[in-house]
Amino acid sequence: MIELALKGTKKYWVWIFFLSAIILVGVYFYSRQFGYGLGITGLSRDVTWGFYIAQLTFLVGVAASGVMVVLPYYLHDYKAFGKLTILGEFLAIAAIVMCILFVAVDVGQPLRMINLILYPSPSSILFWDTVVLSGYLLLNVIISHTVLEAERKSIAPPKWIKPIIILSIPWAISIHTVTAFLYSGLAARPFWMTAVLAPRFLASAFSSGPALLLIMVFIIKKITKFDPGHESVRKLGLIITYAMCANVFFILMEFFTAFYSSIPEHIHHFQYLYFGLDGHNTLVPWMWSSAILAIVSLVFLLIPKYRENEKVLVWVCAAIFISIWIDKGLGMVVTGFIPTPLGKVVDYSPTAPELLISLAIWAIGFFIITVFYKITLSLRKELVT
Amino acid sequence: MYDSGKILIGIIIFIILVTSPIWYDLAFGNPTIKPKLVLPTGEDQKECVMPTEYMRHNHMELLNVWRDDVVRNGDRIFAAASGKNFEMSLTKTCIGCHSNKAEFCDQCHNYLGVSPYCWECHVDPKTVEIK
Amino acid sequence: MDKKRRKFLKLAGLAALGVSAGKYIDIIAKDTAHKIPLADSLSNTKLPTVKVNPKNRWAMVVDLNKCLVDEGCTKCINACHKTHNVPDIGNPKDEIKWIWKESYENAFIDQENYFMKESLEDKKVPIFCNHCDNPPCVRVCPTQATWKREDGIVMMDWHRCIGCRYCVAACPYGSRSFNWKDPRPFIKEITPEFPTRTKGVVEKCTFCDERLAEGLEPACVEACTTKALVFGNLNDPNSNVRELLKENYSIRRKPGLGTNPEVFYLV
Repeated sequence: MIELALKGTKKYWVWIFFLSAIILVGVYFYSRQFGYGLGITGLSRDVTWGFYIAQLTFLVGVAASGVMVVLPYYLHDYKAFGKLTILGEFLAIAAIVMCILFVAVDVGQPLRMINLILYPSPSSILFWDTVVLSGYLLLNVIISHTVLEAERKSIAPPKWIKPIIILSIPWAISIHTVTAFLYSGLAARPFWMTAVLAPRFLASAFSSGPALLLIMVFIIKKITKFDPGHESVRKLGLIITYAMCANVFFILMEFFTAFYSSIPEHIHHFQYLYFGLDGHNTLVPWMWSSAILAIVSLVFLLIPKYRENEKVLVWVCAAIFISIWIDKGLGMVVTGFIPTPLGKVVDYSPTAPELLISLAIWAIGFFIITVFYKITLSLRKELVT
Repeated sequence: MYDSGKILIGIIIFIILVTSPIWYDLAFGNPTIKPKLVLPTGEDQKECVMPTEYMRHNHMELLNVWRDDVVRNGDRIFAAASGKNFEMSLTKTCIGCHSNKAEFCDQCHNYLGVSPYCWECHVDPKTVEIK
Repeated sequence: MDKKRRKFLKLAGLAALGVSAGKYIDIIAKDTAHKIPLADSLSNTKLPTVKVNPKNRWAMVVDLNKCLVDEGCTKCINACHKTHNVPDIGNPKDEIKWIWKESYENAFIDQENYFMKESLEDKKVPIFCNHCDNPPCVRVCPTQATWKREDGIVMMDWHRCIGCRYCVAACPYGSRSFNWKDPRPFIKEITPEFPTRTKGVVEKCTFCDERLAEGLEPACVEACTTKALVFGNLNDPNSNVRELLKENYSIRRKPGLGTNPEVFYLV
């Protein structure tokens, strides 16, 4: 089926070459990082996880979000999502590949990563994260390959794929729960050590992931004959609405617990994020932008007239995606370290090589999505003609 | 087979490229260069921790076992077959006798194109100034 | 594509995987054939013959009344960093430190007190890895590159560390440093008997396990001229550390977190 991705319009090839150029730039800067060390990034002794791990955390959520189309279709026979499930699965594959790449560029000795498999450590959540992410990738590769093959032959998929698809549903929940556990079990970081972190992660995943899926569906609708149908778009919009409500609710819960308890260890992180602490306020404008985008999107989502207007919905989805990207990525990961366990406020901002390497990995993700979606849509067009 | 002409040409070019180190060596290499090992000459440096034949083939494995014994088990003494005890240490014991890495270790390693990364951490005293 | 060709390629791919899997199994299989029992008589007494004794529980007592770090003394820091080739990077972003001086209020941040004992106000204290009894860093390491030895020391294996820095995130005391770049150019005087580290691994104080194997005290303890640093065995009720703890009031850093640190400070 790969031959379907090798034939395309001029726009398609321009897009592919554009992505490839970004990837090559990233490869160059990664080779510089490999030679010099991670000191080429903005990370420091006090803020040891930053932009790379922020992207990882956010993208695990995007990967998990495929379940929002898979669950209604396979468990509740919601036929309207029929055309979208495979797109969700391909999005999951691209997101997991990006996650693995972000780990690979963040690790100090990438050539030793096989130690994760040679010396399994069940007490380490990072070990379990490796297991569940690899498992989820494998599941989605098997599922999407089998289902697309069946579609190509115009037959129903084999019966044995159904239990595997059902398995992918709790597995999707598990990948993001385990990723949340990476953070929420650390006594050293009171900002992260909250029971609501896993529910927060899931709620933000189930709003940002489908939002991205909708944006891509609208783009495809514009450039091809693909039409997901109004009902599936409306339903997805509704799912995003409920998930976003939960997400904003959870954030407000965090605010209450921190500020009402007045415990300095808890308040200081929120102060740093939204008001600045000890004169350090790098993240303040970002967090307020995220908050405003979130509230405004929620308002539009809650009003059916706007939620069901596809032209408005696409912009609202973009706003949600950006808002959660800021909040979950920079907001959550970096702030765990600021202030430090010794009470110091240290700044962090990513350097140019760090950003270019990250951009290249995003480009790889979009490359994978482009190729897979091209194959799927060309296949469906061929079947129609 | 379609395009059999192009495929056959491609395979031939591939084989030539993949075996190019052999052609290059035959044309420009110097087959008379062999590793020249300089052995330690001190009185108490006559005997290695293991027999020479074993060391020639397995010194990497021995070092791996030493590494895990010292670091992970806290066990630092190695009893050689001769009954003599040595400390399991690359810098102190191995380089202690084979003090000139360039005239010993590097001879074979360079010949085979092997660069073990041990030296990124373990110190070769000859390369650092000891004040 | 031709069906037969597809099948052949799939089979070739699987075969390649199978062959390489065999190689990995070789690497994983541990080599136990070369363990030779220790000889009865040890001819060379300079050898590090002291083995790990699981009955020991190593701990450190820091007597802040004797410590002269406020007067500018850095003997413990210099001894440690010289013995272990700890680089002096020179900027707080990439710096590596195994033992350093911190203000009392930062080191004991959970013991806020507006009106403090005068001798403790503005005091600097030496801090280093606490070698906790219940170490969160050990729990999170995905390769067991850091682990708790039977005698209580939280060890580092720089061969195995993949540099994920999860342990750095998990340590509530900020004891761990990461090599953000190659440390060698930043080591003023290399001590050849001890390895340096390479970029991409995490390092910290290891209670001088290589000196303990020779029956010596940690370098910082030996270097301290006022005997402010006392190293001993907590499991021995008559040891120096137990005596000190019996007779003096001691505090530990962040005791409420359940990490059970084994470094005690006498105030």
